[in-house]
Amino acid sequence: MVASASKCRVCKEPAIIDLPRHNANFCAEHFLELCRRQVVKAIEKFDMLSKDDNILVAVSGGKDSLAVWDILVDLGYQADGLYIGLGIGDYSDVSGEYAKSFASERGLNLITIDLRAEYGYDIPTAAKATRRVPCSACGTSKRHLFDKAALDGGYTVLVTGHNLDDEAAVLFGNTLRWDVEYLSRQLPVLPARNGFPKKVKPLIRLTEREMAAWCIVRGIDYLVDECPMAVGNKHLAYKAALNAIEQQSSGAKASFYLNFLDNMAPLLAGRSAAATDELGTCTSCGAPTTSDLCAFCRTAEKARAHEPVPVELVLSRGRRRR
Amino acid sequence: MKVLLRNPRREQDVTGPKSVNALLDALELPREAHLVIRNGTLVPGDAALADDDVVEIRPVISGGC
Ligand code: SF4
Ligand SMILES: [Zn+2]
Ligand SMILES: [Zn+2]
Repeated sequence: MVASASKCRVCKEPAIIDLPRHNANFCAEHFLELCRRQVVKAIEKFDMLSKDDNILVAVSGGKDSLAVWDILVDLGYQADGLYIGLGIGDYSDVSGEYAKSFASERGLNLITIDLRAEYGYDIPTAAKATRRVPCSACGTSKRHLFDKAALDGGYTVLVTGHNLDDEAAVLFGNTLRWDVEYLSRQLPVLPARNGFPKKVKPLIRLTEREMAAWCIVRGIDYLVDECPMAVGNKHLAYKAALNAIEQQSSGAKASFYLNFLDNMAPLLAGRSAAATDELGTCTSCGAPTTSDLCAFCRTAEKARAHEPVPVELVLSRGRRRR
Repeated sequence: MKVLLRNPRREQDVTGPKSVNALLDALELPREAHLVIRNGTLVPGDAALADDDVVEIRPVISGGC
């Protein structure tokens, strides 16, 4: 058998991964070092975290959230995890197991919330009851519960595992619509403001492929299977389009998003209406909102009033519609 | 070689030897969206895969969240 020809750029040992955007190959050790360096660079450039922060990581059981938790702990940060059981059939059961074993094997503290048990609904039912796409009802629920857990738990910052591909795909969508409001808010750090914790995205300089590789090299078991409710969403189509461009032009995704942050975001600063809007408080839960009831309470109310919907039902409906 | 594919989980027989990149191209799988694991270890795009290798092609793209 012919051995791999490519050698690590740093030590000349056999490489385990090729990174065309860096025009180089890396062995396991130097690949991990590159990932750590990229995270440190993002943290420092955008003033994301300090070693005194009490960090809460939003954990899904997938590669990105487990990788960001692993990297932060590895870099010496103090970080707990929060897992939300969304009630999306087997997907939720299995993803919860991955999150729990990751935490227990490393002696880390994982907080868990079960949507059905604690709030009386799940995502498939919420999607059906609100007649919205599942990811929209899901996003509303998760954002609210992550914010609340961070504030209630006395955490100074909430970390999410959004990577370069996630951010480039969102940017692509916002740009296709020239949505200035969303573009002006698409930043890797959102400062704490009344009723919202500080939120940061330390993985913005790393791709999905690099994060999956981080997990494989570090021996992190994560849920490889896709959330069944993501099938056919626009976000995936944008990612596929960007990866087609990346294959022709290495580094295109990174320059699209990172140069947006450097060159365009400053021009849009202060253009966001939402950031300056006066916020009231939700009459039911006290969260900040522009209306009487916050989006979470409205979703929860409708979903609780609806009989439970199994995930398969929402899926088949979604497929027929496409 | 035996090739394990995911989402949905399935197996396919592909004749070797073939480089990792040639395998991905033959199956029309974008390189940026996949990693290849041979006998449990990650391998780069120019690694040569032999007929008796057990290979997993792992998709790395995840959806909405
Ligand atoms: S893909 Fe959509 S429904 Fe599934 S967990 Fe992510 S946001 Fe929720
Ligand atoms: Zn090396
Ligand atoms: Zn509320």
